[in-house]
Amino acid sequence: MRSTHASPERADTPVLVLRGLALDYLQGDSRTQVLRGIDLELRAGECLGVVGESGSGKSQLLLALLGLSGPGARLSGSARLGGQELVDASPALLGAVRGRRIALVFQDALSALNPYLRIGAQLVEVLRHHLGMGRAAAQARAAELLALVQVDEPAQRLRQYPHELSGGMRQRVLLALSLACEPEVLLLDEPTTALDVTVQAQLMALLRSLRASTGVSMVFVTHDLGLLAGIADRVAVMYAGRIVEEAPAGQLYARPLHPYTGGLLRSLPLLDRPLPARLPSIPGQPPEPGTQPAGCAFAPRCPLVEPRCQAQPPERHEAGARVACFRTDAAGLMDEAWP
Amino acid sequence: MNATRQGLWREAVRRLLEVRSQRWTLYVLATLLGAALLVPLASPHGYATPEWTRILRPPSPSAPFGTDGLGRDLLVRTMWGCRVSLLVGLVASLMSVCIGVAWGATAGLLGGRWDALMMRTVDVLYSVPFIPLVIVLTVVFGRHFLLVFAAIGAVSWLDIARIVRGQALAIGQREYIEAARALGLPPGRMLWRHYVPNLAGIVVVYATLTVPSVILFEALLSFLGLGVQAPLASLGSLVADGAAEMQAHPHVLVFPAALLALLILCLNHLGDGLRDALDPRQP
Amino acid sequence: MSHADSGPAGGGDAARDETDSGEPRWLLSVRDLRVQFRVRGRPWTAVHGASFDIAPGESLGLVGESGSGKTSIARALLRLVPATGSARFAGQELLALEGEALRAVRAQLQILFQDPLAALDPRMRIGESIGEPLREFGARLADAERRSAVLAMMARVGLGEALYDRYPHEVSGGQAQRAGIARALLPGPRLLVCDEPVASLDVSIKSQISNLLRELQRDLGLSLLYISHDLATVRYACDRLVVLYRGRIVEGAPRDTLYARPLHPYTQALLAAVPVPDPSWRPATLPAMSPASAARPDAPASAPEGGCAFRLRCPMAQARCAAEAPALRRIGDSQVACHFAQA
Repeated sequence: MRSTHASPERADTPVLVLRGLALDYLQGDSRTQVLRGIDLELRAGECLGVVGESGSGKSQLLLALLGLSGPGARLSGSARLGGQELVDASPALLGAVRGRRIALVFQDALSALNPYLRIGAQLVEVLRHHLGMGRAAAQARAAELLALVQVDEPAQRLRQYPHELSGGMRQRVLLALSLACEPEVLLLDEPTTALDVTVQAQLMALLRSLRASTGVSMVFVTHDLGLLAGIADRVAVMYAGRIVEEAPAGQLYARPLHPYTGGLLRSLPLLDRPLPARLPSIPGQPPEPGTQPAGCAFAPRCPLVEPRCQAQPPERHEAGARVACFRTDAAGLMDEAWP
Repeated sequence: MNATRQGLWREAVRRLLEVRSQRWTLYVLATLLGAALLVPLASPHGYATPEWTRILRPPSPSAPFGTDGLGRDLLVRTMWGCRVSLLVGLVASLMSVCIGVAWGATAGLLGGRWDALMMRTVDVLYSVPFIPLVIVLTVVFGRHFLLVFAAIGAVSWLDIARIVRGQALAIGQREYIEAARALGLPPGRMLWRHYVPNLAGIVVVYATLTVPSVILFEALLSFLGLGVQAPLASLGSLVADGAAEMQAHPHVLVFPAALLALLILCLNHLGDGLRDALDPRQP
Repeated sequence: MSHADSGPAGGGDAARDETDSGEPRWLLSVRDLRVQFRVRGRPWTAVHGASFDIAPGESLGLVGESGSGKTSIARALLRLVPATGSARFAGQELLALEGEALRAVRAQLQILFQDPLAALDPRMRIGESIGEPLREFGARLADAERRSAVLAMMARVGLGEALYDRYPHEVSGGQAQRAGIARALLPGPRLLVCDEPVASLDVSIKSQISNLLRELQRDLGLSLLYISHDLATVRYACDRLVVLYRGRIVEGAPRDTLYARPLHPYTQALLAAVPVPDPSWRPATLPAMSPASAARPDAPASAPEGGCAFRLRCPMAQARCAAEAPALRRIGDSQVACHFAQA
């Protein structure tokens, strides 16, 4: 497949750069902060995993990049795609970027696809709108795309409606739609959450192979840390609208720096360890979206909390990772913190 | 989402009152209601006594709406008309809501054959031509005020029954109903404790929207001469009377018609507002 | 699918009905449970005859993906959908009970739902929802007594008193599930059917609720019928497991045996597909199986007629699989329905 993204001289240039990105929702007099001070870089051809629970703002982050936040949203800071600034960009510009340079794959394929149009019609629509293809060329390309995502009998599938396909196949169609215009960046919002675990495994394998063959850069948002281990090069952990830790994948899983990351990893029931009598668990619950604590948002639930955590922890860099926590010794204390 | 204890209704009312146009609608309705109750009491003119010296006078300080074909003060008659229209609207709506909710909720709860039977009955009743039916009833029972209530109430419950039945079917799919069945609740208890409270929102909205349509219905009946009997007036009958004098004395038509339109507008707007205030909270 | 030769899957070693001391061995004994629905006028079988047992105080896991029939089994046992077959519970035939007898037995058999917020009536306060069983079962209690019983149970499951007056939309998923547990436990059940109880909860809450369920089970001597698609969570929650595929039991074994030596190709595929939070992990080489090839993509949704239901997705399928449906047979601790499974 034609690809212009994987050329070596561009391998280190960041494709997407977020600096101080913040998102607020204004309604009447109330102001809800959903994202605060997000700094992220996505390099060409890499997969950045974003993990977080409800209220962390992870889905809002993807929507904000494409200007798809709901009514009353106020985006500030900077988000540059190549050289193009996306924050406060005109609707015309965002319309040209959406689907063409950045594509978004949703969680629920059944709601994301138009139930009244055949699959072929939906693919052709995207191809003709963004690439100006003629009808015949678009049809041929649509069949190619379905083959790319390993849908069997593409010609027949083009004539089917979304409800006639299985969940896994619909998700592949969504992938095909998103890749139609060969975007530079693919945003995935929990693409496998609604699928059975065996179908999920197939889809993850497909994503890995697509990444290798097309060199597209990905941002993969999920709540499932296990899933990211199979595909992400780097992982960012979000909590209450901020990034609390970001590190290369191998490092994050082996030696997490932030107590929250450590707690998440240790609370996962694993298949290859002896069974504990009790699963380690993080007490309390994730904060409501938009609640604004003065200091570290994780402090109420953190076993390593100290008085200085009443202030917002600064970000520090350590061995290729960044973490927002006062406790420089947290990494070594994980076993005691989460018994 | 704060932790203070708030009733769900109080919350909905608060949201309703936040919208300026709704506040104004409520002021207008309150004013209309107040006027309808107080003006006839305060005015020296009766609504029924003809005054032959003052027929068809245009609006003046002594008769702000003018007088009608029998010399009666139009302001007082219009206010009486408001009373009657509102009374018919509220009572007939209340009747139809009670019947409609009971019918629809039961059909939705029972499902299956009972649901089919009850809804086919509704379909059959829909197909009965209304005006000829009222004419027949009038011939049989004579023109009686209560007949108007009965006729209108007997027909307007059909819409509510359909809406409620659809909503009840949807509620039946929810997990908390399954949980209640797993507890072994008998259908009667389930209807009362779980279905009705969750239907209340949509019922309130549709009841509020039924009132104006009932008022219009009654207006139509009165216009055709089948509604309230003279000297009683409803806004509809006043419009009928006014239509006869329209050419030379438009004020006899304009005032009642304008008030009818205002009343309908306010009630419809209130219904919309209630729907907005209640819906987003409802799962 | 016949099971007569080896006893029901998940029936443990000896399918005798009584222990040595004469106590009934099984709290729940299900034989040949069949659940059928009508879809667009045509009959469709969700469960093709399942048999299993649960001992008092034991936790049995029903594992499967969508369409496996696990949810239908749960609902059939709770008499929420019609079913045929036999389900003996505490000496009574569950599927034959009606009226008062059925209502009485419901106190002993409760359910926990997957979506905890949807399982609470949105117009009732949490405390009222939890207390509802007390109106149904048990003596007439005064309001104050009922309130204190509810508060006691709320404390037991870790819910603060302040939550009594809240509405479901004002609490989190984890708190709602705790409320669901409180409501289910108030009648004093002997068996709790848990339908994917942690599936829709946040990761950091999953382990809290899993711990709570395990703790309550031990303290109260509850039996659990734990339904899930998540093999990682189920391992922590269950003593024995039964794997379902399209309405049929394909494997049953004690927990450690199933995870150490899965015998059926579908079980192997399920285990291989569980994501492991370790980037350096490579999938284990299982016979003729890798996570990507496991369960061939885009297999037809409708079950094939005759033969093994899994054959269209099975990498080990051969001619015999199309001709003859495999019966459950015993291999060591496990029971498997596959012609080619071996220890």
